[in-house]
Amino acid sequence: MSVPNEQMIKGYETSPHIDAPRRFGLADTVWVVAVLIASIIGYAQYSEALDFYATGTLFGTAALLAFIGWIWPAMRWLTGIVAVISVYALWEYSALGADGAVGREALAEFQESSFLFKFLLSSTAATMWMVTLYLLSIPTYFISTLVRSDYGLKVGSVLVWAGSVMGFVSFFTRWRESYLINIDYGHIPVGNLYEVFIVFAVFTALLYLYYEKRYNNRSLGGFVMLIVGVSLAFLLWYQFDRAAHVIEPLVPALNSWWMKIHVPANFIGYGTFAIAAMVGIAYLIKYKMGGDGPNDRLPKLSVMDDIQYKAIALGFAFFTIATILGAMWAAEAWGGYWSWDPKETWALIVWLNYAAWLHMRLTKGWRGPVMAWWSIGGLLITSFAFLGVNMFLSGLHSYGEL
Amino acid sequence: MTSQAQSAPKRRRRSLWSRLYTWLTSMNLAIALLAILAIASVIGTVLQQNLPFNDYVIQFGPFWFEIFNTLGLFDVYSVAWFVVILLFLLASTSACLVRNTPSFMRDMRSFRANAQSKSLRAFAHSRQFDSALSAEEITQRTRGLLDRLGYKSRVKERDGETLIAARKGGLNRIGYVLTHLGMVVILVGGLLDSKMYLKLLNTLGVVEIETRDIPVSQVPEESHLPEGALAGFRGSVNIPEGKWGDVAFIGLKDGYVVQNLPFRIDVKDFHIDYYDTGMPKSFNSDIKLTDKETGEVVEETIRVNHPLKYKGYNIFQSSFGDGGTELTFDAWQLLGQAGSRQELEGKVNEERSFEFGDEKYKLEFTDFTLFNVNPVPKAQQESLEEEGPAAASMTGASEEEPAETEEGGFLTAATDWLGDTVFGASSSGGKARAENVNFGPSVTFRLRDAAGQAVEYENYFSPVDFEGTRYFLSGVKLGINAPQQFLFIPADRDNSLETFMSFYAKLKDEDEMRRIAAELVGQAGQAEGRNAQVQDAAARSMASLVSLFVEDGFSALEERVDQSLAERGITGQGTDQARQASFRVVQSLLMRAYMETLQEQGVENFEPRDEKFFEDALDVITVIPSYGSPIFVAPKSFEHIQSTGLEVTRAPGMFWVYLGSLMLTVGIFMLFYIHFRRLWVLIRPADSEEDGESGRHRLIVAGTDARKNIDFDQVFDQFSSELQRQTGSNVQKNPPSDSDKG
Repeated sequence: MSVPNEQMIKGYETSPHIDAPRRFGLADTVWVVAVLIASIIGYAQYSEALDFYATGTLFGTAALLAFIGWIWPAMRWLTGIVAVISVYALWEYSALGADGAVGREALAEFQESSFLFKFLLSSTAATMWMVTLYLLSIPTYFISTLVRSDYGLKVGSVLVWAGSVMGFVSFFTRWRESYLINIDYGHIPVGNLYEVFIVFAVFTALLYLYYEKRYNNRSLGGFVMLIVGVSLAFLLWYQFDRAAHVIEPLVPALNSWWMKIHVPANFIGYGTFAIAAMVGIAYLIKYKMGGDGPNDRLPKLSVMDDIQYKAIALGFAFFTIATILGAMWAAEAWGGYWSWDPKETWALIVWLNYAAWLHMRLTKGWRGPVMAWWSIGGLLITSFAFLGVNMFLSGLHSYGEL
Repeated sequence: MTSQAQSAPKRRRRSLWSRLYTWLTSMNLAIALLAILAIASVIGTVLQQNLPFNDYVIQFGPFWFEIFNTLGLFDVYSVAWFVVILLFLLASTSACLVRNTPSFMRDMRSFRANAQSKSLRAFAHSRQFDSALSAEEITQRTRGLLDRLGYKSRVKERDGETLIAARKGGLNRIGYVLTHLGMVVILVGGLLDSKMYLKLLNTLGVVEIETRDIPVSQVPEESHLPEGALAGFRGSVNIPEGKWGDVAFIGLKDGYVVQNLPFRIDVKDFHIDYYDTGMPKSFNSDIKLTDKETGEVVEETIRVNHPLKYKGYNIFQSSFGDGGTELTFDAWQLLGQAGSRQELEGKVNEERSFEFGDEKYKLEFTDFTLFNVNPVPKAQQESLEEEGPAAASMTGASEEEPAETEEGGFLTAATDWLGDTVFGASSSGGKARAENVNFGPSVTFRLRDAAGQAVEYENYFSPVDFEGTRYFLSGVKLGINAPQQFLFIPADRDNSLETFMSFYAKLKDEDEMRRIAAELVGQAGQAEGRNAQVQDAAARSMASLVSLFVEDGFSALEERVDQSLAERGITGQGTDQARQASFRVVQSLLMRAYMETLQEQGVENFEPRDEKFFEDALDVITVIPSYGSPIFVAPKSFEHIQSTGLEVTRAPGMFWVYLGSLMLTVGIFMLFYIHFRRLWVLIRPADSEEDGESGRHRLIVAGTDARKNIDFDQVFDQFSSELQRQTGSNVQKNPPSDSDKG
């Protein structure tokens, strides 16, 4: 998300010719226009159902997408592929539910009767594809790093990209399915623990892909995808043991447009903090094994140190936004922007922790294993704020309960 | 860090203020404060805040309660020492701002055009090379390159040398100011809205805390706050439907103070919208607000996420409860003259006393629930059957405990419901969706004996169908933290308790039982030709076994039988048979009593369901001794009156908090994503160097980045390489225009 500069475009090798800041080329124009047209079509399609805030969110998202596509061109491809698949699925669904909701049974029947939906496009199937592709990427990355296979590492990246496509497809079809079951149930799928775990997996994977591209190094993939894998293991347990994938209506407190921006902003934070911790683990492993050598499998220590900083800085920025949005939402829903509710308080603790980390690094210049350990500790605190609070402490935020 | 050199210690003894200032601005203090604040915050999340003091005493005991209370741990976020931490953070951040802002502003605009070649060469990022070009040409090309890269540059000539000083990203410095100023503004805004001022008033004795549960009109004046006494506050008030209120209660320590409001709030109606699953969709209050001064009237429906805002006050839907639902119920006697009933009236949130035998009891109706939506009660029934034969009805149903959708703050209530759905789904195979069913209304009450011991009950108005059999449910909590257990009293053909209660009355009537036993023994005796005395004794002992079963439960009966078998010296193989025989005798007596009851009730043909009723009835009877109540309350009808819990707030600090948040956010992005970088190029005639050729120039290139990240290694490398390529010694004097670069 940073202002594009030289090294982002040319990878990490020193280029013989210096590049000026990137210009706005033809492809960029086409991209921005395409996003704008898509969002206008979307608005025209659903304008009746959109209030002022929802309209703002729609065009705000479009602007953000245009920006992301500009600084990270690969996202254009992802967006395009996801759009084609999702629009096809939504088109099939709208043929099914032309008159509004059809109910749970009719939806299930349709999904059973269509091969494509049963095995690929229904949100449950798409989630399973995402899980499979992500999980496959873990051994692919690790083994390829061990045997120094560039080809294998590229396969790992492709798996993660493909998994992300399916994750988004699952997200959009699930969103539509909630309306097909009952108009009243309809909500963006970030309303319970099951749904946000998918968001966590996809965001973490995409943020990782960004760093992979930016640092032109794929060898950390196994480490990052490992934490994604852990969250997916939980997702599977939650689905098969607790039937958590069943779409339920929202509790009243969550029924607000704030949810659409508060939750994703939070998960950019959680995702980057997770990446920083996993890179911290890789850092410590390399550090214990003797540090930088001439023929390394992992990136240089200074590079891993830098990735941790970049990830935490980005996460901190978005976590700050998320916490502020949360406070504004709380002011609308609970009667006060800050109630010292356990979830709020733990968000503050997470924030204070990373604020301290950043101060230490930026003004005291701390580097090395201490900061790596601290990144890992930071993830533990973050995990407690994300999951532990819901499991062990009671408060206003209890809809994420297990 | 950018201006270390400017404050050399002139005086050896610094003043106290100066030392305090240095300490306040130190990074160590800032980090320590962040850490202390984080750790202190944890306390309030682990220890539930602002509960009634009694709960804490029970939880921790009087000793620890005193200690915790002295430390203010029960309201940790507004206790003095916590506020002091926040104030320190405020002071530290402000001091840093005061110290750094001027120098940062200067630094931002300065080009540092007085750098010397020696210092430039000492930079971590430094490089030098020769050029055959003229100083003017080099300057022009350098500035062209810097310009293309977005740097601003200045040229300074001195002693035959040319220094080009460039900088970029000065907004980074503004970012520093914005983030820290933002934090200061947020803290000030937050403290403005906090309880700090109210606590101060309380400490000074201006405001007294009221701890009694009394009507507002009786609260003494010292506990009333006039309008506008506090800049910001958060209070709450419960108003029943059809009633009004014009105050808000602010919780403080173990009591509250009353905040007078400049308007009155009439609650016309409270209603809940439901999803088709029975899960609540939205909680709404139709309220009418009347301004006391202007008489202005605002009518609005408020719901969660949609508060009413009026003249700086915000009114939120925050909870709901019972506003005094009126009830009628039958009190069936279980002890003494069992089976008789009395029709009574009651009201939620009120209590009534009655005497029973020599004991005094208090009946306190605490809550009424209109809908009890639960997963289909299949799972419950299964778990019943797994229990032992006699103790079946009272199963600890903590998992399948019917959820109450209408109790307390609905945020948690809704979650309870959600949790139960999940459990329901898993217990019925994991994949199937839970079907839900409404058990209908229920009333919750406590029965308190003379000693003050209370048992909590939750009784349902109508019988609930469990796979074809209908039961009256009564939930029992024998202690405060005991799990809720259920009594399943079978409903008769008319869906009433009549048959069960008559049957129970008959069993408790010793004369009746002796008569029935005598008849039974008589029939058997005539066949076997025994004498009357033996028959009478047999009847007595049978009746006494039944009485034991009814009064003390199945296990007491078992014990007695085993005991008498032992007395008669029956052991080994014969024991089991003898036991079964005894039970069969009791059972046949019970059955006979049941048949008579049915006849009295006018039932003519005996059906399988009557047999099931008999078994269910015995299951209930065996646990009645531990039911804990001398009466059974069978609620009959109700007039539902709800109350809505409103939160009334005033937050003048909110504007500042939001403003500070905006500054913080913008500042963070400036700080992280705008790089404050400097580049210098010093051009000097090469002949001044020992090894230089005349007519050539030496270039010393140096750079810094406020953030010492590896990005800059590359940026500097690229810049200096490109500069060398454009101006280095192997470059032609007339460069091939601009076409060398794509």
